[in-house]
Amino acid sequence: MRITQGCFSFLPDLTDDQISAQVQYCLSKGWAVSFEFTDDPHPRNTYWEMWGLPMFDLKDAAGAMLELKECRRAFGDRYIRLCGFDATHGWESLRISFLVNRPKEEPGFSLERQEMGGRNIRYSTRSYAVKRPEGSRYQP
Amino acid sequence: MNDDQAGRISLKAEMADAGIADVLAELDRELIGLKPVKARIQEIASLLLVERVRRKLSLATGTPTLHMSFTGNPGTGKTTVALRMAAILHRLGFVRRGHLVSVTRDDLVGQYIGHRAPKTKEILKKAMGGVLFIDEAYYLYRPENERDYGQEAIEILLQVMENQRDDLVVILAGYGDRMEKFFESNPGFRSRIAHHIDFPDYGEDELLHIAVTMLAQQNYSFSTGGREAFVRYIAARRAQPHFANARSIRNALDRARLRAAYRLVSSGGDSVTAEDLSMIEAADILASRVFNQSPPAERS
Repeated sequence: MRITQGCFSFLPDLTDDQISAQVQYCLSKGWAVSFEFTDDPHPRNTYWEMWGLPMFDLKDAAGAMLELKECRRAFGDRYIRLCGFDATHGWESLRISFLVNRPKEEPGFSLERQEMGGRNIRYSTRSYAVKRPEGSRYQP
Repeated sequence: MNDDQAGRISLKAEMADAGIADVLAELDRELIGLKPVKARIQEIASLLLVERVRRKLSLATGTPTLHMSFTGNPGTGKTTVALRMAAILHRLGFVRRGHLVSVTRDDLVGQYIGHRAPKTKEILKKAMGGVLFIDEAYYLYRPENERDYGQEAIEILLQVMENQRDDLVVILAGYGDRMEKFFESNPGFRSRIAHHIDFPDYGEDELLHIAVTMLAQQNYSFSTGGREAFVRYIAARRAQPHFANARSIRNALDRARLRAAYRLVSSGGDSVTAEDLSMIEAADILASRVFNQSPPAERS
């Protein structure tokens, strides 16, 4: 099951050239670009691991793409997302975020039903990937 | 857009299109002397222009190596030229942003193990798409200290210089003899640098010209006596140690302005005109220590 989240989630995955163009757009707006990664695909998992610090003083996308390459080399089997942080007063939050890397195999989610009092049912989802411990998920 | 039917291209139109003529003319106008440097920059600019046209005709074989080394004594305009170089490369489309990141050893080399690589990488990332100017590059390499981290910075630098020639142009600068030694101990650098440019010292009349230009920029000027005194000042200062060409001239002028201001204030200054306020007199220059420190060359 192909996980989607953030900007461009209805498009096919962006190519490196397209990512680079997006980074350049972020830089032209004065946003700090950073990369984050995780191997827990649950939609409510918002806090991902940071790959280095946000890059506050870049002029050109090539610098960020260098980091992305490094990050993919280290964590190519996980989800990696790009974040553009706007530090201007009043915003101080992410303005853009989208996936730039995903595992080869995405096993998807199981739906769990919990039966409760009466005929109530509680639902939760659980990724098949998280059955294995952190760090060894998505490995063959 | 400049092609005609026969597939001919007007180089002149290309040059105008890139706005390169303006940059070169500006260089010529604003930088005094430095003939060999200007000639070399024109050569490089021409090469890049031709390369640009070739690229349009899909004749090009990849980006030419643009890394440079500037050697010369202090104050001969290396940093100024590097800034212009960034503009020229940008206009010709060989760097994407055209900014200059100027660093020295401290910016590249960390204090402890594990500190250096991120630091060097930070700088490289910052300079991507522009020009990285490393002043006094030989300090990166300290053979006398075997635990020095400069060597690792050099390796990272070399790797990026080789692999990301499209993203970054590196300019190394420093004094001639020490750069020579640096290249000898790091042969990798020499082979990756295409353009070695030597900055000559300024002549006395060039230094005077520089002084007059600097003053004009600050809305000051020499009186006749002041100018004459400054000619003598230059001759005396050049003979002394630690002479840093244009930088020494700038410092001398700053001190002269200081004395001129003090002269005006201490003379009561009941009715000063704009002219008084922008005039450097002979006395302002002759009060310099330079004149009593070098008895053999001096008259006064």
